[in-house]
Amino acid sequence: MAKKKRTPQERTIDPAVQKMLEIAEQMAISTAFDRADMLAPCPIGADGLCCKNCSMGPCRLVKEGDRGICGATVSTIQARNFARMVAAGAAAHSDHGRDLVLTLKAAANGEAQGYEIRDVAKLVKLAKEAGIETNGRTKEEIANDLADYYLSLFGQQEGEILMTHRAPEVRQKIWREQGVMPRGIDREVVDTLHRTHIGDDQEAWHILQGAVRTALGDGWGGSMIATDVSDILFGIPAPNVSKINLGVLQEDMVNIVVHGHEPTLSAMLVAATQDPELIELAHSVGAKGINLAGICCTSNEILVRQGIPSVGNFLQQEVALITGAVEAMIVDVQCIMQSLGEISQHFHTELITTSPKVKIEGATHLEFDEHHALDQAKELVRRAIENFKNRKQVYIPKEVTEELVPGFSHEYIDYAMGGTYRGSFRPLNDAIAAGRLRGVAAIVGCNNPRTQQDSYHLYIAKKLLENDVLVVETGCSALASGKYGLLQGEAAMEYAGPGLREVCEALGIPPILHMGSCVDNSRILTVLSQMVAEGGIGDDISELPAVGLAPEWMSEKAISIGTYCMASGAYVIFGGHSPVRGSAKVSGSDKVARMMIEGWEETYGGKLEFVDDPDEMVRKTLEHIDKKRKALKLAEYDPSKFGRSGDRRIYQVPVDVPLAEREAYLYGGVPTEAAEATTKPAS
Amino acid sequence: MSRYIATHAIRGANAIVTEAEVMLKRALEELGPDTPVQFPNTAYYLPFIYSMTGIKVEKLSDLQPVLEHAKSLLHPVPRNKLWTPYLGETLDSGMATLFAEEIIEGIRFAYHLQPELMRGLSLSGCTTYTDYPSGNGHGGNGKGNGTVNLEGRGHLNGPIDDIQLRSWGIQLVDGRMPGFAAIVGRAKSNEVAVKIVRELQQRNILIFLSGNVNGKSIIHQLMEEGVEMGYDTYIVPFGTDTISAIYPLGFAVRSALTFGGLKGGQAREILEYNRDRVFAFVLALGEVDDLKYATAAGAINFGFPVIADTIIPEILPTGITTYEHVISMPFNEIPGKDDLERATRLVQKCIEVRGVKVRVAEVPVPVPYGSAFEGEVVRRRDMRIEFGGKYSRAFEYLYMVENLEDVDDGKVTVVGPGIETVEEGGHMDMGIIVKVAGRKMQKDFEPVLERQIHDFINAASGVQHIGQRDIAWLRISKTAWEKGFRLEHFGKILHARFHADFGTIVDKVEVTIYTDPEELEKWLAKAREAYDFRNRRLANLTDESVDVFYSCTLCQSFAPDHVCVVSPERLGLCGAYNWLDCKASYEINPTGPNQPIPLGTKIDPVKGYWTGINAYAEKASHGTVEQVAMYSIMENPMTACGCFECIVMVIPEANGVMVVSREDSSMTPAGMKFSTLAGMVGGGVQTPGVMGIGKFYLTSPKFISADGGFKRVVWMSSFLKETMAAELQAVAEREGDPDLISKIADERSVTTVEELVAWLEEHNHPALTMPPIF
Repeated sequence: MAKKKRTPQERTIDPAVQKMLEIAEQMAISTAFDRADMLAPCPIGADGLCCKNCSMGPCRLVKEGDRGICGATVSTIQARNFARMVAAGAAAHSDHGRDLVLTLKAAANGEAQGYEIRDVAKLVKLAKEAGIETNGRTKEEIANDLADYYLSLFGQQEGEILMTHRAPEVRQKIWREQGVMPRGIDREVVDTLHRTHIGDDQEAWHILQGAVRTALGDGWGGSMIATDVSDILFGIPAPNVSKINLGVLQEDMVNIVVHGHEPTLSAMLVAATQDPELIELAHSVGAKGINLAGICCTSNEILVRQGIPSVGNFLQQEVALITGAVEAMIVDVQCIMQSLGEISQHFHTELITTSPKVKIEGATHLEFDEHHALDQAKELVRRAIENFKNRKQVYIPKEVTEELVPGFSHEYIDYAMGGTYRGSFRPLNDAIAAGRLRGVAAIVGCNNPRTQQDSYHLYIAKKLLENDVLVVETGCSALASGKYGLLQGEAAMEYAGPGLREVCEALGIPPILHMGSCVDNSRILTVLSQMVAEGGIGDDISELPAVGLAPEWMSEKAISIGTYCMASGAYVIFGGHSPVRGSAKVSGSDKVARMMIEGWEETYGGKLEFVDDPDEMVRKTLEHIDKKRKALKLAEYDPSKFGRSGDRRIYQVPVDVPLAEREAYLYGGVPTEAAEATTKPAS
Repeated sequence: MSRYIATHAIRGANAIVTEAEVMLKRALEELGPDTPVQFPNTAYYLPFIYSMTGIKVEKLSDLQPVLEHAKSLLHPVPRNKLWTPYLGETLDSGMATLFAEEIIEGIRFAYHLQPELMRGLSLSGCTTYTDYPSGNGHGGNGKGNGTVNLEGRGHLNGPIDDIQLRSWGIQLVDGRMPGFAAIVGRAKSNEVAVKIVRELQQRNILIFLSGNVNGKSIIHQLMEEGVEMGYDTYIVPFGTDTISAIYPLGFAVRSALTFGGLKGGQAREILEYNRDRVFAFVLALGEVDDLKYATAAGAINFGFPVIADTIIPEILPTGITTYEHVISMPFNEIPGKDDLERATRLVQKCIEVRGVKVRVAEVPVPVPYGSAFEGEVVRRRDMRIEFGGKYSRAFEYLYMVENLEDVDDGKVTVVGPGIETVEEGGHMDMGIIVKVAGRKMQKDFEPVLERQIHDFINAASGVQHIGQRDIAWLRISKTAWEKGFRLEHFGKILHARFHADFGTIVDKVEVTIYTDPEELEKWLAKAREAYDFRNRRLANLTDESVDVFYSCTLCQSFAPDHVCVVSPERLGLCGAYNWLDCKASYEINPTGPNQPIPLGTKIDPVKGYWTGINAYAEKASHGTVEQVAMYSIMENPMTACGCFECIVMVIPEANGVMVVSREDSSMTPAGMKFSTLAGMVGGGVQTPGVMGIGKFYLTSPKFISADGGFKRVVWMSSFLKETMAAELQAVAEREGDPDLISKIADERSVTTVEELVAWLEEHNHPALTMPPIF
C-alpha cells in the first residue's frame, strides 16, 4: 500500500478534505497522507517483533527460534512494547487530568484568572464521595480540599484509587483478586516503565497484568479526574446545536483554531473572542468578527460545553492551515503534528504552542499560565486579529459543513431518560432487555492516514445503527460521525433500525451520542456501571451486550483506553494493524495476541482484539452482543416486533377543520392518506 | 416522548404556568398574601406540592416559591429540525404543569370557586365541605352570605379527602381495588361513556373524571344517562376542566404519604412508589389538546401510562412507566361488532398496559357485577321487590357438612314462589341457606364465610344488601329484574364467589333459597340456634384461650414497616380482619399475609407482652419496632398503616383518651382534625399516646386494659356513639357504669380541652378519679 500514491478520494471520504488535498498537491505541501503513502511502516516493529529497550540491541526477532541478546522471547518483547504503549497513553491522559486539578486548586484559591467553580452540585457530590466535609463550607474551600485529594491520588503509593469503587462490586472483586487494582495513578505508570526495562519482568502474562493495572489507573483514575474536574470548572455538557467541518472557517472573519486536548486555555479563548474590545479591534482590521473553531479533542471539549464549531478531526489539522484562512492555530497537548510548523510557514498563519510540555519548530511558543489565563487569551486573540491583514489567498470549502447535536454527559443521559424527578437508566436497560435495542457500542479513537479517513468509523456506525445498536462516541470518531450528519435526531429516522428509532424518537436523541473528548471515555465507564447498577441486565459490565471499537486507531492513548475498557469487562475491537500481530515465520509469536483474546476473556470477561476488516468488526460486534443477550436470557433480537410508535400518523390528521370533521379522522378507521396531502405538520 | 407530544406538552406547560402566574399575582393583590389556601380535610396541605417539594402551602404567599420552581422546570419547545433531546424536558414540563394546576386549584379554593358547580348533580358519597360561604352560589340555600354545608348536591367532588382515602385503604392495599382510571375528556358517545365506566366498575377500578372536549365532559355524559356518581359507586367527578386532573394525582401522592411512610419532599420515592404500587392509568377520551398532553406528561412521571381513544403518537419504549408510555387506540379501529364491544376492549387494553392485577370472578348473573356496585343504593321508587326490612323477613345461614358427598356443588334450589308472584314494589320473606364442604373447612370458619354473603351479593348492580344473619335486608331494582335477575341468581353469585375467594377451604357449595313459609320457619329456627352457639363460642374466644395470634401484613405492600398483630380480643385496625378471619385466611393461603405467631413466653400479662410477639414484630417491621404491648397505648403501642377506622389519643389534661372516627371531619379536643392526627399514626411508626384501631376493639375487654380500659374514653365522635349504640351500651354495663356513654363528650358539645375538662367534671366522668394515665 505504501508504494502507491492514493488519490484524495482514496485517502478520505470527507469531500472537504479531498478538496484540500488537491490544493495541497498543487502547492506541493506534504501531508500525513502523502507521508503515509511514501513511508511504509517498519514491518518488524509493526508486528511487535523488535525490541529497542537497551543498547545490546535493537533486536529483531524475525526467524524461528530468535531471542533477544538478553534472551527475551518474542512474547516478552511484544508484551513489553504493548505495556509501554499503555504507560505512555495513561501518562498522557492522567497528566492532562493533573493539570486540570492544578487549575481547580488555583481557581479555588482565587489565583486562576478567569476561572470559576461552575458546577457546584457536581463539586459537592464528588467531595462527598471523597469524604470531604461540605456542610457550611464555601465552594472554594471544598474545591481546594478536593483538588488536594485528587493530587494525592497521583502520588498515592498504597491502597486503591477511590473512583474504582464506582465500578460494579463484582468487577472490583476481580481486580483485587488479580492484583490489578491500581494503587496510585503515577505509580502504575512508573511501575510499567520499570518492569519493562532491560532485565525485569520477563513473563508476558505478568507484564500484561502490569499494563492492565496501569490502564485502570488511567480510565478510573487520571481520565476520570480529567472529566470530573473539567465538568466542575467548565460545566457538565448538555446537548446543543453546532456545526462541523472546514466550512465553519469564515472568509470574512478572523479565524482562530484551537487544537489539542485540554479545555483550559480554549475555554478562556471562548471568553476572549467575545470581548467587545477585541471584536471592535477585529472590525478595525476589516474583519466581520472573530471566529473560534477547534480540532481534535480540544474541539470536543468546547463543542460539548459551549457549542463552539469544529473544523474536524485529527487528519484535518494540516488541511485547515492550507485554507490560508487561519490567523492563528493555538495548540496545547497531544496529537499535534510536527508538520504544522512547516505548513504554517507557507501561510500567514501563526502556529502557537502553549504547553510547557510542547514546543514545535516553526511555532511561536507562548507558555500558558493559568494565573493570567484571561489576559493571555486576550493577547492571543489580539495577535490573531493583527495577523488578519497578512492573509493571502484563501480557499475554504464553504459548502462542506454539517450540523450536529453533541453534549451527552452521563449526567445528561440520566436526565434525558426521566427528567429532574425520574432520571435513571431504566429506559435504556428496559430497551435492551426487550430487544428494542440489540445492544450498545462505543466507537472511539483516532484517525489513521493509513486508513481511508472516517470510512471505517462511518461504515461500522451505520451498520450497527441498522442493527438497532445504540452507539456512543468520543474523540475523533464522534467528530467523524458529526461530519456526515449522524449526530442529528433526524439520523435516527434515516439510519436506525426500527427499535432504535423508537428509542431515539421517544427521547429525541440522535442514534449516536457524542459523549466528549477521548479522556471522556471515562464517561462511558460510568454509563456502563450505571447500567449495571440500574439492574436487570447483569451484575457486571462483562455481562452487558456491549462492545467497544476503535476502527481507525493510531495513538498510544487508544491502547490504554482499549486496555482499561477490556479490564472493565468490555469486548474491545481495534481496526487496523495489530502491534502484537507476530509473524507466521516465528512460532509462538501469536501467544500475546491470544492472551489478549482468550486469556483476558477468561480472566476479565473482556477481550482486546485487532481486526482489520470492517465487515468482520461488525459481525464480531453483533455476535458478541447476541452471545451476551443469550447469556442474560434476554428476549431474542427481533426487529420486526418494533417500530410502531412515533409521530407519523398524527400528522395525517387535518388540523384546520371543525372538530366534528377532525374527529372523523381522530377516531381512526378513515384512510388518512387522503388527508395527508392537505395537511402540514403542526409546528 | 414523541416530538409531537413533546412540542404540545411543553407548549401546554408554558401556557398553564403563565396562567398560574397571572392568577397568583391577581389573587395576592385582591385577597392578600395571608389568605388561607387549603383543600378540605387533608393533612397534606396542597398534596402534590407538599409531596414533591416539602413546601407546606397554607396561605397564598406560600405559592410564590412553588411557582418559581414550576417556572424553572419549563423548556422551549423542540425545534422542527436539529432538535435537541426532549424526553427529560417534557417530563419536567409535565411536572411544572401539575404544580401550576395545583396552584390554580388552591387559588380557586381561596376564592371559593371550588368545588365546581354542577346543576342537577347529586353525589352519593363525596368530600364534605363545611362552613362554605353561600354567597358564591354554592350550597344553593339562597340565604346570601351565611355559611352552608355542601352535601353533594349541585357540585362536583373536588379533591378526595383523607377520610375517603383511608376508608378505601384496605381495599387498595389488599388488591380488591386494583387501581384507578383517570379519565380525561369525553367519550365518543354517551353509551360508550357508560360502557367504559361499567367495565371499570366491574373490575373494582376507581374511576376519576375530569376534563372535556369542546365543552362537553364525560361527567355530562354520565349525568345525561343517569349514572350514579360519588364515592359509593367508585366514580368521582372532579371537574370539567383538565386542571382538575391534579386531584387524582393528589390522591396518588397521598396514598404514598398515608400508607408508604414517605414524607413530603421525598419526590423520587413517592413517584416510584406510585409506579410500583399504585396501579393507575390515564384514559384520554376524545381529542387531546396541549394542556392534556402537558398533564399526561406529568402523570407519566408517576409511572402512569396514557391510553387515548384517538390517533395520537405512541410511545412504546418503557422505563418511566412499567410498560408502554403512550398507547393510541383509535376507537373505530378497535375490533368489535359495535361501539359497546369496542369500549370493553379499550378498557381491557388499559388494564393490560398498566399491568393492573384484576381479580374477577366470573359470576353468571345478567347484571354487571363488581365491588364498585357494593355502595349502590336501590331506592324505593326504583325497587322491584324487597326481602327483610320493615315489612318482611330475610335471613342467611351458612353451615358446613363433614361429608363432601352430601353437597351437590353448584346446585341452586328455590323452594317456594318466585318474585313474579309479588307485585312491583312489594316484598316477601326469604332465607338463603348455604351448605358447604371442604377438606380444610372448619366449623370456626362458618361465620367468616357467612359474613361474606353481604359483600358478594351487594356487588351485583341493582341489588342492595344490608345487615346479616336474621336482620338481612335485600332489594332488587326494577332494572335488574328487567335484565333477568331472579332468586336463583343469589345462589349463582354465592357459588361463584365462594369458589373464587375461598376455593382453598371450600370444595363444594350448594345454595337453597326458601320462600315457602313453612320451610322458611323451620330453617330460621335452625339458623338461630347456630347464631346463638356462635355467639357463645365467640364470647369464650379470649386471648387466653389460644396459643397463637395472627400477623397481618396485607398492608405491607403499601406500608412496608407496619405489622398488625391480630388476637381474638383485638381485631385488625382496618376493622376488616378478626382472629378467625386471619385463621381462615391462613388456611386459604399458608404463605399469605396472615401467619400464625406462636405466643412464646408471656412476659407481662397486663400490658400484653409475649416473647413470640416481640420477636415477630421486630422481624416483620424490619427492625423498626422491637416490642409491642397488645393492651397499652402508653407503652410500645401497635403501629398502624393508614387504614385504621379510629384514632385513639391520650388527652393528658383529661386523664383519658379520645376516640376519633375517620368519618368525623370536625375539630377534636386535641386541636387537630382526624386527617392531621392520622399523619401522626400511620406509616408503621410507634408513637406512644396515639394509636390507630378498628372500631370494634372499643368493645373488647382488652381495649387499652393496661391503661384502665374503656373507662378512659372521655371523648368520642358522635358517629361512633350512634352507629355502635347497642354494643357500646353493653360495654358500659360490663364496666359497671350503665350511664358511661352519656358521660363521654363528643364533637357536638366539646371541641377544646378546656371544654372537655369542664364537661367531664360536670358529668362526673370516672376518668377523673382514675390513677394518672402517665
